[in-house]
Amino acid sequence: MPDMTILWPAILNGVTTGALYALIALGLTLIYGVLHIINFAHGALLMVGLYAVYFLWRFLGLDPYVSLLIVPPLMFALGYGLQRGLITRAGHGRDENILLVTLGLSIILENLALMAFSSDTQTVDTAYGFSTLDVLGAFVPVPKVVAFGGAVATALALWAFMARTDLGRAIRAVAKEKKGAQLVGIDVNHVYAMSFGIGIGVLGIAACLLMPSYYVNPSVGHGFVLIAFTIVVLGGMGSFVGALIGGVIIGVVEALGGLFLGASLGQIGIFAIFILILLFRPQGLLGRLQ
Amino acid sequence: MKRLAVLVAIFAGLGLLPLLVGSDFWLNAIMLALFSALIGQAWNIAGGYAGQFSFGHALFFGIGAYAVAVLQVDLGINPWLGMLVGGALGAGAGAALGWLTFRYGLRGSYFALVTLAFAEVFRILANSTPFTGAGEGILIKLNPHPAMLQFKALSGYYWLLLALTFACFLSVWWLERSRLGAQMLAVRDNEDAAAAVGVDAFAVKLKAMALSGLFMGLAGVFYTQRYLYLDPGLAFGPTQSVEALLVAIVGGIGTLFGPLLGAFALHLLGEAAQTALGDVPGANMVIYGTVLVVMVLFLPRGLASLGKAGLGKAGGRRQGLRRRKRRAKDA
Amino acid sequence: MTNAKTGGIGRRRFLAGTAAATGLLAAPGLLRAAPEGIKIGLIHPVTGALSYSGTQCRAGAELAIADINAAGGIKSMGGAPLQAVLGDSQSKPSIGASETARAIEDGAIGIVAGYASSICLATSQEAAKTNTPHIVDVGVADSIMTRGLKNTFRFGPGYGKIARDAVTSLDAINKAAGSPAKTVVIVHEDSAFGTGTAKLLSAELPKYGFKILKVIAHPTPMRDFTNIALQVKAANPDIIIPANYYNEYVLFARTIRQQQIKPKAIYSVLGGAASSYKFVKDFPEAAEGVMDTNHWFNPKSDLALKRKKEAEAKGLYYTYEVYLTYNAVALLADAIERAGSTDHDKVIAALNASTWDKHGMPYGPTKMVDGQNTGAQPVNTQVQGGQIDVIRPAEFAQAQVKFPMA
Repeated sequence: MPDMTILWPAILNGVTTGALYALIALGLTLIYGVLHIINFAHGALLMVGLYAVYFLWRFLGLDPYVSLLIVPPLMFALGYGLQRGLITRAGHGRDENILLVTLGLSIILENLALMAFSSDTQTVDTAYGFSTLDVLGAFVPVPKVVAFGGAVATALALWAFMARTDLGRAIRAVAKEKKGAQLVGIDVNHVYAMSFGIGIGVLGIAACLLMPSYYVNPSVGHGFVLIAFTIVVLGGMGSFVGALIGGVIIGVVEALGGLFLGASLGQIGIFAIFILILLFRPQGLLGRLQ
Repeated sequence: MKRLAVLVAIFAGLGLLPLLVGSDFWLNAIMLALFSALIGQAWNIAGGYAGQFSFGHALFFGIGAYAVAVLQVDLGINPWLGMLVGGALGAGAGAALGWLTFRYGLRGSYFALVTLAFAEVFRILANSTPFTGAGEGILIKLNPHPAMLQFKALSGYYWLLLALTFACFLSVWWLERSRLGAQMLAVRDNEDAAAAVGVDAFAVKLKAMALSGLFMGLAGVFYTQRYLYLDPGLAFGPTQSVEALLVAIVGGIGTLFGPLLGAFALHLLGEAAQTALGDVPGANMVIYGTVLVVMVLFLPRGLASLGKAGLGKAGGRRQGLRRRKRRAKDA
Repeated sequence: MTNAKTGGIGRRRFLAGTAAATGLLAAPGLLRAAPEGIKIGLIHPVTGALSYSGTQCRAGAELAIADINAAGGIKSMGGAPLQAVLGDSQSKPSIGASETARAIEDGAIGIVAGYASSICLATSQEAAKTNTPHIVDVGVADSIMTRGLKNTFRFGPGYGKIARDAVTSLDAINKAAGSPAKTVVIVHEDSAFGTGTAKLLSAELPKYGFKILKVIAHPTPMRDFTNIALQVKAANPDIIIPANYYNEYVLFARTIRQQQIKPKAIYSVLGGAASSYKFVKDFPEAAEGVMDTNHWFNPKSDLALKRKKEAEAKGLYYTYEVYLTYNAVALLADAIERAGSTDHDKVIAALNASTWDKHGMPYGPTKMVDGQNTGAQPVNTQVQGGQIDVIRPAEFAQAQVKFPMA
């Protein structure tokens, strides 16, 4: 029986960790919601973002949070280029081909990183890396508090962007009715590439907020892909607020599962939720982007 | 009949290889390709013919693999019998997973993700239960005797694998000519239309999953007997799931010879990249990934589309594609 | 890349470079043109999940080959040089077996492989088919050595030995300080090495009066350790025993500090980072005072220090992978030297009779029993003032034990 005095800090930790997961899932849910493709390269692209943050810190001395001004735009450009130059072309409109392209892309990126940077694990050392806030008796690491704030802000910003801007409306139109959007003169390929770019750009934000409390090596993305998919499904594909809530739920389930069943077996709670949601409410908690 | 003759000729030729190839390394390399062809074809039954894309075929692989291992180590049951049980459990798991997911109408990427989740659940369970050896894994006692389904010479394993692979390909050959196969194609191309003309889509998909699970389970049995050690990651991790779908898609999904072509092409590619750049960690995999992407760019229908005239099954597949394309345009 | 790129190492490496440069595949005919040497297959997971350790292993083996060749090769065979046949197991047992077969066909008369226990099981089994001598470089699972394979040898200790020594040492350290520690929490990764180690520790520790409050397993990779740290904090043990890989160890150590947990000792068993120079350099404060029971070189051996300097000159961290694999190759070379032949049976006989002592390890001369070097043992280290010092056994110790941790 776990000690009940740690219930509160465990839940609090689940919430903040879940917000970090949500950040990684936000880009994925956008891509999934608009392009309807399963992006297997999401983990590898997160790795690229983390290396960018690491090298900016190491060679230019930039704090990971300062890199928020640099890494997300770069990641956006990378995402836009990949979608426009490669994924659309290789996809030929077939799901299995898009699967292969993103799979091939992740193999290439991971092994390029292995060749260029070796498999050494790298970390950044910041002044606040070990600092904690005392929240009603629970110690919450400062980087996690920042990540939580970042996740909420990013989700809200994306939501506002979708609701208020022309591009946002175009993206929603394409997601809902591709052919109709085409007919009213929307450049679908551009919208697709923008969506993929924004999705990867958001992944860049996640990289900046994750790096102070984590590490990077070529295979670092593996640990996050499945959980990001779980959150996307749980929240509803294409729903940003859903991803945020889904992330927090998954974080708390992971924390409580770990407490009651141990960290290994406790992971089963995540997948149980995943399966149940898929079976009984496949549109997710907050429905689709429509 | 012509296709059957080609199939038999290919496997007969492959069957002679141990007598001709003096090199254990090359025989082993061919075995790795054959193994990929087996799991690729197993995946192809559900993914290619019935249109049910799974990301979690390792589930059936792992169940077959653990079945033979646990029966042998914990209960002392002969692995030949274990092989039957492993295959049956693989088939049963395929049917059970199908029953659960199809009942709730899961399709497309939703189905793919749920299979992935089930494989993970089993990996976690295998990691936590004592009878599977938990995290320590399960080690089969080395006892190279055909009665124990272990062989001193590599050729013994080779022929065992070849027999399993041949059985799998023969089943697919039969499937293509059978009513069930036609129903599977109909369900793949348009489930609602198939149902409208009286096809029981649910039952058809279930049978596809069971057959697919059967051969995946047998592949798991083979893996256990060949390497004599299993742990949860090896059995239920994503490696086998990815390899199975990769081989089938590269070769050309929904074709009889696709998985064979895909398996040999990918292993040849892997070998070539390894020979050229194997001493620089990662370089070979970069080449591998690049060729994969380039191939999708220029050969969107897989390798089998190259030799369509001689090998591929033109009719059903092409029509299916046209219909799919039309649907894609409408969407 | 941190690999040694010294001359005379790899015909394949050289040709691979040429082939890459010209965009051609190395033709088999070309491969035969290189001068004849004694080929040793080095099968390591240089790509995939284990690539860091695999690369370190390979680097250690290549250092050994370079040193042996520089010292005149195998003298009993006319100064024949050693040649590496490199193989990449891609962190998978099945590929490890295949690469072993390849190396043997490529002419390797001995195999040094394969880092992870699961891969070592596959490579040794494959080599056994041709009775090719096989040295296990790291793989600590005891089951590798108990299957009755006559070709398989291990220079370093298995985890049974390591766990037993860990417990007796902890007991001695505790008693010397007046037995302040009574309770223990074990935190281990959930695959073969962590689970096996934890199981042995759980069986042994109570015999010495330690009370095990909790055994916590976690997967690899583990994304966040706060939850585990909270459980450790609630249990409030005197001693925390982690047994996991580098990345998880680093995260765990960080989290322990964040959650302000102050045990009397962090005493790792095969700790992934506890005695890692990289960890001590990157996180000096989190590393300070941490103890480990692990493979280590003999800090009082000039030979070991010379090799360490060589490795560091090449930009390598001198980790256990490096010196264990170095010694695995050197042990095999010594056997070939004494056999005066590359005949499998003769080399295996020479390995069985081995009393080799030029390893710079805190072991006596090698003494093989069923392939296991029974002279092998782990030592205890502690991070003190940013240095990793050996603290036990006394004959190898550089510093006094600091226990309880300040």
